Amino acid sequence: MAERLKATKEMKRIMRRYYAQAKYAHYIGKKVAWITSGGPVEPLIAMNIIPVYPENHGAMLGASKKGGQLSEFAEGLGYSPDVCSYVKDDIASTITKESPIKGGLPKPDMLICSNNICGTVLKWYEIQARNFNVPLFIYDTPFVHTEFTEEAKEYIKEQTKEYILFLEKVMGHKFNYKKMDKVGRYSLQSMKLWKEILDTAAHKPSPMTAFDAFFHLALIVTLRGKKVVLRYYKTLLKELQERNTKNSGAVDNEKYRLLWDNLPIWFRMRWLSDKFANHQAALVADTYTQAWCGVIDYIDENDFLGTMGEAYTRIHLNVGVDKMADTIKDFIRKFDVDGLVMHSNRSCKPYSFGQYDIQNLIKDMDIPVLMIEADMTDDRKFSESQVEARIDAFMEVIKEKKRTK
Amino acid sequence: MKIENNLALFNKIASEPYDYIKTLKEKTNKKIIGSTCTYTPEEIVLAAGAHPFRISGQSQNLSAADAHIQAYGCSMVRCMLEDGLSGDLNFLDGVVFPHSCDSIQRLSDIWRLNIPSLHFDILLPVKLDSQLSQNYFAKVIRRFKSDIEEALNTNISDKDISEAIHLMNQIRTAIGQLYTLRATNPSIIKGADMAAIVKASMVMDKKELLDELNTLITLLSETEKKNDTRKRILISGSICSHPDIYQIIENKDAVVVWDDLCSGSRYFEGLISETENPYIAISERFTNRFVCPAKHISADFQLDNMKKLIADHRIEAVLFIFVKFCEPFSFDYPDIKNELEKMDMPYLMVEMDQHNRIDEQLHTRIDTLLEIMQF
Repeated sequence: MAERLKATKEMKRIMRRYYAQAKYAHYIGKKVAWITSGGPVEPLIAMNIIPVYPENHGAMLGASKKGGQLSEFAEGLGYSPDVCSYVKDDIASTITKESPIKGGLPKPDMLICSNNICGTVLKWYEIQARNFNVPLFIYDTPFVHTEFTEEAKEYIKEQTKEYILFLEKVMGHKFNYKKMDKVGRYSLQSMKLWKEILDTAAHKPSPMTAFDAFFHLALIVTLRGKKVVLRYYKTLLKELQERNTKNSGAVDNEKYRLLWDNLPIWFRMRWLSDKFANHQAALVADTYTQAWCGVIDYIDENDFLGTMGEAYTRIHLNVGVDKMADTIKDFIRKFDVDGLVMHSNRSCKPYSFGQYDIQNLIKDMDIPVLMIEADMTDDRKFSESQVEARIDAFMEVIKEKKRTK
Repeated sequence: MKIENNLALFNKIASEPYDYIKTLKEKTNKKIIGSTCTYTPEEIVLAAGAHPFRISGQSQNLSAADAHIQAYGCSMVRCMLEDGLSGDLNFLDGVVFPHSCDSIQRLSDIWRLNIPSLHFDILLPVKLDSQLSQNYFAKVIRRFKSDIEEALNTNISDKDISEAIHLMNQIRTAIGQLYTLRATNPSIIKGADMAAIVKASMVMDKKELLDELNTLITLLSETEKKNDTRKRILISGSICSHPDIYQIIENKDAVVVWDDLCSGSRYFEGLISETENPYIAISERFTNRFVCPAKHISADFQLDNMKKLIADHRIEAVLFIFVKFCEPFSFDYPDIKNELEKMDMPYLMVEMDQHNRIDEQLHTRIDTLLEIMQF
């Protein structure tokens, strides 16, 4: 069996420290902002505000197999069984304190919500704004179906200014532009490093799988703009490069390479990883973790504040289905994959609706596609035997295809 | 003209909207522009000399749409797509997709990739709580005007827009008057008829509509006011495509006197200033009417609005009708219901698909709510 990445231990330590600091923020005179995963975190870091990500917490709740139970609790409050489980898990955890973090997430002093990932976060943050009675700022990123219009560009640029004014008002002091410059540079460097890390998977065999990426993603999501991310990702990158030098793959005797689409199924990561590995298949890349480095080209390191808006607006989930299909095609070529696994995620409609059309749009790539219907945290919506049978059948098709190539 | 004839016309158009539009197109040769949400600025479509028409989704069985949107998509979006893919909407020259919820957003992409017609995305802001977003909103309306001018190869003058705004204001005022007449004297017109009037209003030629509405107002104003002791119900949600619900309620000594539906009062709520810059004025109406839960105006808006509706219309119970899988509406429900409990206000929530029939179970649940209220 392939060895686990050594850097992982350090990553766990960083995340523990981060959450400990967030938990005791108020004791050390710091404020806490809850922010959506695609939200503009850098100005918070520049203002010495500790960002906390309910979505990251949702992933943790899912991975610790509490998603179904917490969703059920929220449904008892009146939330629909058909809505996003991250929201339901968060609302339930706020009340029950059920969490891998003792006592749950620290209370927010403010909420920062960007709708570049979905409209659901808007409702989620409104609910929590009522619950905690704290100010809410919405960073509104117009959807880019086919074009990013001039007025949208101007709107988003002006909103960055509005955001800074909001932070100044909540914090009661002026924004630190000098620090922002540094934070912006760190953030961009982190994204570039993250890209380098994910790109190592183009090597055959791949030194990492999408499951590793799902795990290591936590830093780029929660702490980008902090120096610690650079330090850690440099270590991780080095380890992956060393693996490539030694041709040491994450999956023993890697024979088949796959691409994953949509959020992970957090509560079945190990099971899925083993399942594919048993077929000598490695999920070498995914569209989800790539989202945190897919817009690097839009950011000017000398003008992070002025350019971040466009980058945040153009992320993978905020563009048209055809653009998403183009990205998938690029990944298929770059990582030389033999098949695509699409998670049809009942909790994430903007990510999942359009997947059938993406299948049509990538037909010319001539690779088999498997669609697994599940949920990112709600284990009640996962049928193991059905998924297992589908994976086995899918892998048979891939094996046969490769044999006859 | 008799009231019955007038109502029969509205009901016929509401039940067979596509037939009406086909005939209208043949008669007038107007371009037909479908819309997928009440955030479509119909004034701009009218000013372009085209006819705006709300796609309601008539399909009873879904097959073509299943190949594009998963079963956990709301039936409203799936039915619209089914009609588009099956060719039932071939009479359309174009379709407008205002940015509202995630599902309509993806519907736009899927439509563009699969159904040939003129395509208009209106990239509305999601937050409506700042001057900045208001300015952006007005620019988006202006862009829609340019897009439709280019697509239909026409020029829209300021006068065209002013006339369209004036016409739509008259229509909104008229439907509002009908709602108010009915809220004060519920027996003058059945709930199902009122729902048909609003649905038909989203379909009909606007001048013909105004004439018919005014005729009806005149006829109803002459109707004698009866003392009505029935319990007053508010329907809350996005779309109610089940006229039977009104009858079930009326059979139980209660009556729907108001709603906050997209297929109801959200369509006529708020007037557009006729003296301001038209793009600003149109965007202001969308902000000042009670906004869809997919838009943000404040964290408390939907709760406060519910309380206001209850007070304004002396509501005695609330019936939430949600389209299954519709996230924006269902997320507000738990907090709103908690507020209703504090007010000791009876309520019931039902989730329905657009093409579902009202089954016995639902019938019984509504009956139970109404029976509880009688105590």
